[in-house]
Amino acid sequence: MAIEELYREIILDHYRNPRRRGSLDGDHIHAEGQNPSCGDEFSIDIAVVDGEIVDAAIQGQGCSISQASGSMMADAIVGKSLPEIKVLARNFKIMMSIEEGDDPVDPDRPGSVLGDLESLRGVKKFPVRIKCADLPWVTLEDAVEQLP
Amino acid sequence: MFDAATIRKDFPILDREVNGKPLIYVDSASTTQKPTAVIDAVSDYYRTLNANVHRGAYRLADEATTAYEAARSKVAGLIGAPAAEVAFTRGTTTGINHIAIGWALRRLKAGDRILLTILEHHSNIVPWQLVAQLTGAELVYLDIDDDFEIDITQLEDKLDESVKIVSVTGMSNVTGTVGPVAALAEAAHAVGAIVVVDGAQLVPQSPVDVGQLGADFLVFSSHKMLGPTGIGAMWGRSELLEEMDPAEGGGEMISDVQLYESRWAPVPQKFEAGTPPIAQAIGFGAAVDYLQQLGMDDVRTHEAEITAYALERLADVPDVVVYGPSDPAKRGGAVSFQLADIHAHDLATIHDEEVGVAVRAGHHCAKPLMRYLHVPATARASFYVYNTPDDVEVLVAGLLRARELFGLA
Repeated sequence: MAIEELYREIILDHYRNPRRRGSLDGDHIHAEGQNPSCGDEFSIDIAVVDGEIVDAAIQGQGCSISQASGSMMADAIVGKSLPEIKVLARNFKIMMSIEEGDDPVDPDRPGSVLGDLESLRGVKKFPVRIKCADLPWVTLEDAVEQLP
Repeated sequence: MFDAATIRKDFPILDREVNGKPLIYVDSASTTQKPTAVIDAVSDYYRTLNANVHRGAYRLADEATTAYEAARSKVAGLIGAPAAEVAFTRGTTTGINHIAIGWALRRLKAGDRILLTILEHHSNIVPWQLVAQLTGAELVYLDIDDDFEIDITQLEDKLDESVKIVSVTGMSNVTGTVGPVAALAEAAHAVGAIVVVDGAQLVPQSPVDVGQLGADFLVFSSHKMLGPTGIGAMWGRSELLEEMDPAEGGGEMISDVQLYESRWAPVPQKFEAGTPPIAQAIGFGAAVDYLQQLGMDDVRTHEAEITAYALERLADVPDVVVYGPSDPAKRGGAVSFQLADIHAHDLATIHDEEVGVAVRAGHHCAKPLMRYLHVPATARASFYVYNTPDDVEVLVAGLLRARELFGLA
């Protein structure tokens, strides 16, 4: 396993130039997450209209993997319906070996395309770092659970 | 003649490889590796001596008790204390909890204060928060100055008769700062406060004599000084140990048990409820023997030399920022740093994968200090008796590799 597969250019780009950084003004749901063992922090605002995430904003501090994963996730979820996001999250977690299953689940289903998130595939070879990549997703789950 | 390259041969784990590269271990502030002498002492105990202590009229139990008490004498001897003033604990954390629960909780009240410093490990913060919550006492913190030294000029504002306890690190596990124990003790005693010293880093790295330290309590851990995990020591001035109550009740710590009340065993057994970690205590004693053979003065000299070398070499790496005193004579062997915008966890992964260096990343159980320094985390290299300048070179090679991977080379 070459370390270059972990620190790919696209990951460093998302780390140094996180997409959708900030907070939302209008109606939104807020969730915060952290990994107590390492101190990484991530928070997300999502605006949901008719079951679709129409906007998202993130903040956080931590390693390149946790922050890049959050940036890619924020970009990936906007414009998707909640069922699509469920598929996306499941496929991400299968790729990272966080959940059992065949990869990818139903490739034709809306939401199943990982896009930039695919670049995090190398993380699963570094077991202690998987929780870094997962932090934004756990936080997103928290946010979605708050929906009425 | 102290020679780290020879000493490291006594540590079997340093022969192993990580990712096909020789293990370079620079996380001794977290826990140290164990020499064969300690591993054998633990193993020999189970092979030849295993029995419960302070019970049993048979020969084996007597031999186990003798070995356990001999270990206590060795640990006490290391810090210049009588064995009767040293209780075995599970470690530094437990020692502080004993003092917090057995002494502070029963004496402090609303309006009283506990003086700490911003350098403290969580183990020297959280037990006092528990005391404060239950008694209404207040926590007050001394800050650090621009060179990461504890700012004792703040004593003027922060230390008065309301302060009942001053609890301070003898040596920071993050910055390496040596706590000004003597100055703090003099000031604290002048207002009637007691002084607790977290010796988790100090005792492994420096000669310590409780007769000269100035403290009223000193707590430390075996596993940070070549011994097993799960055992540590609490030294206290005997009158304080006598007046203190036990934090834990159970077997071994009583002289008599009635239905509704009991009488405690004499100090130090009063603080050792339940079957103690006997093998670990004996291993702790073997670790003390090993350190005494090296000589604590030489251990301290080695720490200062290897740390000075590390600071010098880190200064050669562009964009490295070190969080700790610049003068190696005034600090311990924990060196915390950051490299450009590369997060400490990424540095740790790169070191592990590319050069086989076990370096620590994170908040080092000192989140208030991290917030004070405005850093989310630092990388930390911490050196001990088995580290050589070659280890520092590999650490630096890892930093240069990290610069490459992050496009900074």
